[in-house]
Amino acid sequence: MSQVTEYSAKVMDHFSNPRNVGEIEDASGVGTVGNAKCGDIMRMYLDIDENQVVRDAKFKTFGCGAAVATSSMATELVIGKTVQQALEVTNKAVMEALDGLPPIKVHCSLLAEQAIHAALWDYAEKNHLVIEGLKPPVNDIDETEAFYQMQGE
Amino acid sequence: MNKFIYLDNAATTKIDPQVFETMRPYLEEEYANPSSSYTFAGNIHAKVDDARSSIAQFLGAKSSEVFFTSGGSESDNWAIKGVADSLSAKGNHIITTKIEHHAVLHTCEFLERHGYEVTYLDVDEYGLVDPAKFEAAIKPTTILASIMFANNEIGTIEPIAELGKIAHDHGVVFHTDAVQAFGHIRIHVKEMNIDLLSASAHKLNGPKGVGLLYIDSKVKISSLIHGGSQERGRRAGTTNAAGIIGFGKAVELADARLEETNAYETKLRDKLIQRVTTEIPYVKFNGDPVKRLSNNTNFCFRFIEGESLLILLDSNGICASSGSACTSGALDPSHVLLAIGLPHEIAHGSIRFTLSRDTTEQDIDDTVDTLKKIVDRLRNMSPLYEDFLKKNKEA
Repeated sequence: MSQVTEYSAKVMDHFSNPRNVGEIEDASGVGTVGNAKCGDIMRMYLDIDENQVVRDAKFKTFGCGAAVATSSMATELVIGKTVQQALEVTNKAVMEALDGLPPIKVHCSLLAEQAIHAALWDYAEKNHLVIEGLKPPVNDIDETEAFYQMQGE
Repeated sequence: MNKFIYLDNAATTKIDPQVFETMRPYLEEEYANPSSSYTFAGNIHAKVDDARSSIAQFLGAKSSEVFFTSGGSESDNWAIKGVADSLSAKGNHIITTKIEHHAVLHTCEFLERHGYEVTYLDVDEYGLVDPAKFEAAIKPTTILASIMFANNEIGTIEPIAELGKIAHDHGVVFHTDAVQAFGHIRIHVKEMNIDLLSASAHKLNGPKGVGLLYIDSKVKISSLIHGGSQERGRRAGTTNAAGIIGFGKAVELADARLEETNAYETKLRDKLIQRVTTEIPYVKFNGDPVKRLSNNTNFCFRFIEGESLLILLDSNGICASSGSACTSGALDPSHVLLAIGLPHEIAHGSIRFTLSRDTTEQDIDDTVDTLKKIVDRLRNMSPLYEDFLKKNKEA
């Protein structure tokens, strides 16, 4: 089923012209969430400087239009932020920045949030840091409490 | 970008101008209810009967065996629920397949909740039902089998005559959902051992909102839509005169052009399959290469997801359809692609292109050229493709 008519102009823009697609070699942190079985996989690369500021972010995503758009928006939202601020980029923030998502696509924004967290976790592990409030990454969003509360939407 | 290429003819077709012109008087000045008794209605009633008899002739049936409905879904519902009800004293077992349209599958699931037992037959990797497996599934309590004539997603044509023969040998009523096949393949209901057949007008350049159920005169079936005495008391509701008359014209045209359309579509279809499978790597072609609707192609592009592909095709003016269903937490791809044994991650990347007699060779070339660029672009942003390339490098 095509969602074209239900996507906001911003979602369509970020899907048609995604920002920050690609890889970062020797990234400070890389996180992959989702699974191919369900049709969505996001991989987030973060380049974080010595002051714990996200210098650059790139992504690769296998998934629908909303999955690509939320990944793209997530990279935009974390670039220039401190690690602590990046952690506060929630799925709601991603959704709001995209002028909303169709209800059945809300899970894509959760995936984007989790991709950021997974990349931050990888960065923390590599540098033996503890980032306050960061939980171990999940393999997929169906393991998150938020997804549970959405009752699988 | 002014290009507009419509390759979703399995979803619906464009109404033929001749069909539209045939219908027009019955939407304008000839508006009488055909069931009324004055002369004003009589002519319309006669036209509806003409449509019925020409459609019956096309099917090898009697006029009295053709009943008009609102479309394919209603016909499927009527056939299955109607026979299940009328034969409930004889048994409660129904046999169907895993690749049916949801109009059949969800109707069967409904009956399961009401005490019926349903067997969903597996299909092989091409989507074909094995007649031996069908025969083995028949029990003393089996009252009905419902097996589609041709699959709407992958275009596979089932061995209907053979399956119908097996059903009859065991005293089982045989229904086929022929929505995709009717008007595209020659069907003779008597020679093919079909007791009930569902069809829809808008799949063959007719109007939307009209379909039919062929019911062999020997079959006992309860009504689905109760009310007035239209359709010989079997299906209530004011006769959709314009729709039925348009349906009749669409069948007349399909009949006259069938072989020519098949040959033309097959040529373009095979060109599309040839170009896609040779010019794009990591493509899986779905369905049977030979026992196939002349207008259907279905591919899975590995490492990418169907909806993304559809949106980008759409932004290039190309209408296609996807078996992917990235729509809920369940995220299950097409039940048909899973039934032919595709893993989830590959089934998610499926696209169906369905042609018509209006499709041109240029349309096919433009579509493939665009598709190549889109597939390349989406793969370049796919983490699955990245992993695949890295794995290949290491190997």
